[in-house]
Amino acid sequence: MAVDKNMNVLIVDDYKTMLRIIRNLLKQLGFNNVDEATDGAMALQMLRVGTYGLVISDWNMEPMTGLQLLREVRADPKLKPVPFIMVTAESKSENVIAAKEAGVSNYIVKPFNAETLKTKMTSVLGDF
Amino acid sequence: MPAKGVDRDLELRLDAIRQEHGDTVKVDKIGEVVRAMLDSMTGDISAGDLRLYRELESLSQYIHAAKEEIAALRPGEIKNEFIASATDELDAIVGATEAATNEIMDAAESLGSLSPLLDQEVANRLDEITTRIFEACTFQDITGQRITKVVKALKEIEDRVESLVKMFGAEYEDVTKTTEPKALTDQDLLNGPQLPGGGTNQADIDALLASFD
Repeated sequence: MAVDKNMNVLIVDDYKTMLRIIRNLLKQLGFNNVDEATDGAMALQMLRVGTYGLVISDWNMEPMTGLQLLREVRADPKLKPVPFIMVTAESKSENVIAAKEAGVSNYIVKPFNAETLKTKMTSVLGDF
Repeated sequence: MPAKGVDRDLELRLDAIRQEHGDTVKVDKIGEVVRAMLDSMTGDISAGDLRLYRELESLSQYIHAAKEEIAALRPGEIKNEFIASATDELDAIVGATEAATNEIMDAAESLGSLSPLLDQEVANRLDEITTRIFEACTFQDITGQRITKVVKALKEIEDRVESLVKMFGAEYEDVTKTTEPKALTDQDLLNGPQLPGGGTNQADIDALLASFD
């Protein structure tokens, strides 16, 4: 099934510059319905009231980290199926393992490029 | 409670010291306490007492030398000037690179908005170029995080220096404070870029130059 590029994508990062970069890269890939949250708690609130086809989240945020957000998402029956990509500078293997155990769909290490983002999104959502 | 094997005289001397200084003695008071204890010794001094005396005297000298060395490091200056200044400079780097990154992205977004006005081939090429600009801008996030780690490390050093100053007494914090203004040397004039608000703006520099006319 083709990916609906009109779906809502939630991007989460405490760094406004990074939110802007990801938003622009998603735009280049044809995804224009992008919402932003600056920490895990804000993202969780938005996920519970809205409908999102993908979450792209940073890890290192306060007060709720990306890993905590991921666990909350996977523990919520309504949100559980939402694909979740972690985009982070945390590149140690134990981080990747912890994210995988928490149910991450894919993992991107910063800095990254548009091609990597597209590849990871394709592996999670299917071809677009 | 007196330690087992401590003779009665020593026990009494220790009680007297405990009453005067309490159970905890600051490091810079150890020499004074040892001296007071030795001064209070009366009567025949045994070989064991002499050995103890030598050990305590040597300990006192060691502590004094250590204090002198730490004072020479000027811990107050490290904490209040060097670390504080380094932290401010690093914060300024983060602020300046963030502002510059946003300027670059403003320009890239403006370029991208021209795409609909161009033929498809040129528009695609333009999109590729603006994408590369956005990708390159991710450096700011990474450098920001690295600098935050350095600031945390500096904070840790600052805390440890502060503990050291507290342990050796507040007077060591102020050893570098002088009231006499020093004449500026050429080296003093090499300060590099100033932190926001710390320098003089161009208009004030122009006014200052004009004041010499």
